[in-house]
Amino acid sequence: MYAALWRLFPGGRLAKTLQALLLFAVVVAILFIWVFPAVAPHLPFEDVTIEPTTGATS
Amino acid sequence: MRVVRAVVGTVGELAITAGVLLLLFVVWELGVVGFTTNRAQAATVDTLERQFAQPTPTTPSTPSTSSPTDTPTASPTTSAAVPVPPPGDAFAILRIPRLGASWAKPVYQGVGLDVLAKGIGHYPDTQLPGQVGNAAFAGHRAGHGNPLIDIDTIRPGDAIVVETADTYVIYRADRSEIVPPTDVNVLAPVPDQPGVAPTEAWLTLTSCEPKYGSTNRFIVFAKLDRSVPRAEGLPADVLAAPGGNG
Repeated sequence: MYAALWRLFPGGRLAKTLQALLLFAVVVAILFIWVFPAVAPHLPFEDVTIEPTTGATS
Repeated sequence: MRVVRAVVGTVGELAITAGVLLLLFVVWELGVVGFTTNRAQAATVDTLERQFAQPTPTTPSTPSTSSPTDTPTASPTTSAAVPVPPPGDAFAILRIPRLGASWAKPVYQGVGLDVLAKGIGHYPDTQLPGQVGNAAFAGHRAGHGNPLIDIDTIRPGDAIVVETADTYVIYRADRSEIVPPTDVNVLAPVPDQPGVAPTEAWLTLTSCEPKYGSTNRFIVFAKLDRSVPRAEGLPADVLAAPGGNG
């Protein structure tokens, strides 16, 4: 999977490494800005309130 | 054989990817969100302190220069004159010296996730700070700056101060317990005694238990010690860090 990606990058080893790092940075940015904020409210440790019924998120 | 190797290799890479994803999430939640949340909450506390320092336009009474100190300090206030803060509004500052001498968090009206992301939430159906009955608050244990991560270190007798626009309401921790998430009795006017008419002012603090889970709730009950008008200032010894763990 990642080997194929590596072969896909043009240029020499240095250029490939830089591209890999750049791609990783872009992925991290997408995760931090959009994905994680959307996922976080559905995780269990967000529940801190007392509710009359279980499963209610609040 | 080559196919098997390719499949195993891909599965391995996916597993590593999943691991890195989880690690990144922890870095984001505890690092990035924690940092930004703590900064935002410190800014909110500063804003509240400035607001509180100015005479509020809603209170008709003039600043203490003209009036004698006729405010009752020892008895909990029962007045209905205290306006209920609008949902989502920051209306108080919570201080718990046990969690740090400078530990101060903004208190918002409501306990929705959007509110709790900003600070401590006040259960809207419970009393306001200092009133007879039970003022209940909720806060995150892990994540969002870990406001109540050390809630389990609070010991009986520890000061829990709710600073409102005109009063320092000083509670003393009474006891703590771990309950199921549905145990609404901890929010009762007399905690754990539903149906009993209250004669004292209580405070309930709820957070999650275990630290990074939410199968239960960690509860701290505190009883009103005294209310001090803002004009008199908060007694210095109240915020002194309590010594030891006893």
